[in-house]
Amino acid sequence: MTRFLLVLMLAFAPLSPAFAVQPDEVLADPALEARARAISRDLRCPVCQGESIDDSNAPISRDLRLVVRERIMAGDTDAEVIDFVVSRYGEFVLFNPRAEGANLILWLAGPGVLLLGGLGAFLYIRRRGQAVAPAEALTADEQARLRELMNK
Amino acid sequence: MIVEFGHFALVLALAVAVVQMLVPMWGAYRRNAALMAVAEPAAMIQFVLIAASFAALTYAFVTSDFSLVLVVQNSHTLKPMLYKISGVWGNHEGSLLLWALILALFGACAAWFGGNLPPTLKARVIAVQGSIGVAFLTFMLFTSNPFLRLAVPPLDGQDLNPLLQDPGLAFHPPFLYLGYVGLSMAFSFAVAALIEGRVDAAWGRWVRPWTLAAWIFLTIGIALGSWWAYYELGWGGFWFWDPVENASFMPWLLAAALLHSAIVVEKRESLKAWTILLAIMAFGFSLIGTFIVRSGVITSVHSFANDPERGVFILMILAVFMGGALTLFAFRAGTMEAKGLFAMVSRESALVANNLLLSVAAFVVFIGTIWPLLAELFFDRKLSVGEPFFNAAFSPFAVALAVILPIGAMMPWKRGELVRGMRPLIPAMLLAFSVGALVWAMQTGRTALGPVGVALGIWVVLGAGIDLWSRTGRGPVAGRIARLGRLPRADWGKVTAHAGMGITVFAVCAMLAWKTEDIRIVQEGASYPLGPYEVTLQSVEEVQGPNYRSTQATMVVRRDGALVATLTPEKRFYPVQAMPTTEAAIDYGFLRDIYLVIGDPQDGGGYAVRSYIEPFANWLWGGCLIMAFGGFLSLSDRRYRVAAGASRRTAAVPAE
Repeated sequence: MTRFLLVLMLAFAPLSPAFAVQPDEVLADPALEARARAISRDLRCPVCQGESIDDSNAPISRDLRLVVRERIMAGDTDAEVIDFVVSRYGEFVLFNPRAEGANLILWLAGPGVLLLGGLGAFLYIRRRGQAVAPAEALTADEQARLRELMNK
Repeated sequence: MIVEFGHFALVLALAVAVVQMLVPMWGAYRRNAALMAVAEPAAMIQFVLIAASFAALTYAFVTSDFSLVLVVQNSHTLKPMLYKISGVWGNHEGSLLLWALILALFGACAAWFGGNLPPTLKARVIAVQGSIGVAFLTFMLFTSNPFLRLAVPPLDGQDLNPLLQDPGLAFHPPFLYLGYVGLSMAFSFAVAALIEGRVDAAWGRWVRPWTLAAWIFLTIGIALGSWWAYYELGWGGFWFWDPVENASFMPWLLAAALLHSAIVVEKRESLKAWTILLAIMAFGFSLIGTFIVRSGVITSVHSFANDPERGVFILMILAVFMGGALTLFAFRAGTMEAKGLFAMVSRESALVANNLLLSVAAFVVFIGTIWPLLAELFFDRKLSVGEPFFNAAFSPFAVALAVILPIGAMMPWKRGELVRGMRPLIPAMLLAFSVGALVWAMQTGRTALGPVGVALGIWVVLGAGIDLWSRTGRGPVAGRIARLGRLPRADWGKVTAHAGMGITVFAVCAMLAWKTEDIRIVQEGASYPLGPYEVTLQSVEEVQGPNYRSTQATMVVRRDGALVATLTPEKRFYPVQAMPTTEAAIDYGFLRDIYLVIGDPQDGGGYAVRSYIEPFANWLWGGCLIMAFGGFLSLSDRRYRVAAGASRRTAAVPAE
């Protein structure tokens, strides 16, 4: 049934020339509204192509925005609001994937590769640097010869 | 008739590309001058043929020849002429033809300007370029032929997607493709050098202008696309971390890394293997970008509607070229011995750090882009990766790059001292810190993004200025100023591009941190405050455009009673595609843009209106243009014309 509804909404989405957050949705309290906006920017519109519900014109996004505001008014914390939406639409709607389970690969890939790459670069540079040292340092004989010349 | 001619030219171009791929390569192997000489005319003929084919398709669009499927699907008789022409590349098949045209153009340029290359290298570069042409022309002719006819032509077409009917987007793809495809030259040079088995300073100098050109075009293309998103999509955002945006951003990051590592090859004959690998990967990411945009595997706002057959074909092209090049690399990488020696603190090390940050940043963008695909394939999880992830995972790299940039840029080659190297930069550091702190103190309760952006911007721009000044040597100020004008263009280019980067970083932070938004219902004739301004919704009218209907509002912006601007935001409806678009009205200013959007009429009367003050918006595009201009200055340095010619006479001379 939900799937059917989604298809229906998808079919009519292009016909509804709405635009994102409507004036009638905005909460009276600016602090609560700011929280709602921040949360909606992290939630993906389930039927659009990669838009957040904050940016999306689809009717379902409007419904989700209203749900978010309802939960906030009911006294939920940000995390509770997001859990509420995820429990109904799945983690697909989360733009900020949770750092747990397989997603740890995603979150740790950048720092991990940076560490490995940094180590590789460090070893490479040290090798290039070690090759410099003997070429520039003087041997004991050369030191002696230098002193000799200087003292003349 | 003209269409058939275009179709035939395309088939002929494929035949020529096959010759261009095989004969010079064999000639270079046999050291046969006659066979190698085939490369030049083949590259030029291939270009002329594809150009003829492109002209034929353009002709079909301009004359609205509805016997062509492609024209029916993407054009309409009422469409303005500019968009009839841009409609040629506003679709999968046509944009592929543009891609092939630019590919052939670069091949022909290698033939024209490659006079100073050793004959075997030149033959191999053009042959590799030809092989890429073969792959894409085959792809086009077998899965995405733009010249397919209809038995019964309809009376009129289905029009181009209205979002694409825009001057910004008309020129965005050609620039982007010039960049994407330009990286194929770096790839061809890398593969040719691997086959040749020799990478020296001269190679670094030859490959750099091509990479620079590709990077300049990519910079302009990305800036144009971002500007388009800013004014067309109607909520004032400029970057969405959308898969297609990422597809253009990854090659840009790698091209930037390649530019810097090619300097090390040219000046110090080090980092050779890494530079070759970067050249291969940069083009690889261009191909991955093509795959993302055209396969439909990863959904995106911008992608062309697509079928998997094409995706599989592009994946095969990707596998053949990347697999082939990387295998070759694995066999030959060991033979590329580094010559230059350098210490831990040196320009070389700074450039290694630059490369590390840029390429890991590209990797982060890559994994974020394909993670939804991987998660579904391997973990059976349907999930999304969007702006919050990229902001958190990418920003540290951008900040780190901006922090080390001025220090690295002034570091001497071979061996430097950190403390002594930073001494001239102390004024920049102090100013950046104090202005950042001042901004922090002035704006209580907001994010740290603004102050950090200000500090980084000042640090990088001022650092670039100090870098330039330090190049004038010692002595009286008058003499140093006189010497400024005589500095090589490459120095000016470097400093300009770095300053552009600083401005861009600042503008990104400023726009994210200090944007003002206002959403409300406004009655006709009513006024409302927006920051220091007062906006009046004077009137709303219905207007008829050439191929759309429009609801146009007239809005007056005043400040302290004085008129600032009269703006006319529109909401358009394109009946052929049954699609509404918002046309924001923007008052562009030096320090801020005023950005107004008109929405639906409300039940209780009045209209929904969205208004923004976008601080320093023009600095963002300006910064990108300055970056690109810096690249252009560097490209025009006489070193690439004179010194490259000199190296022909004495085989391979070490640089400097």
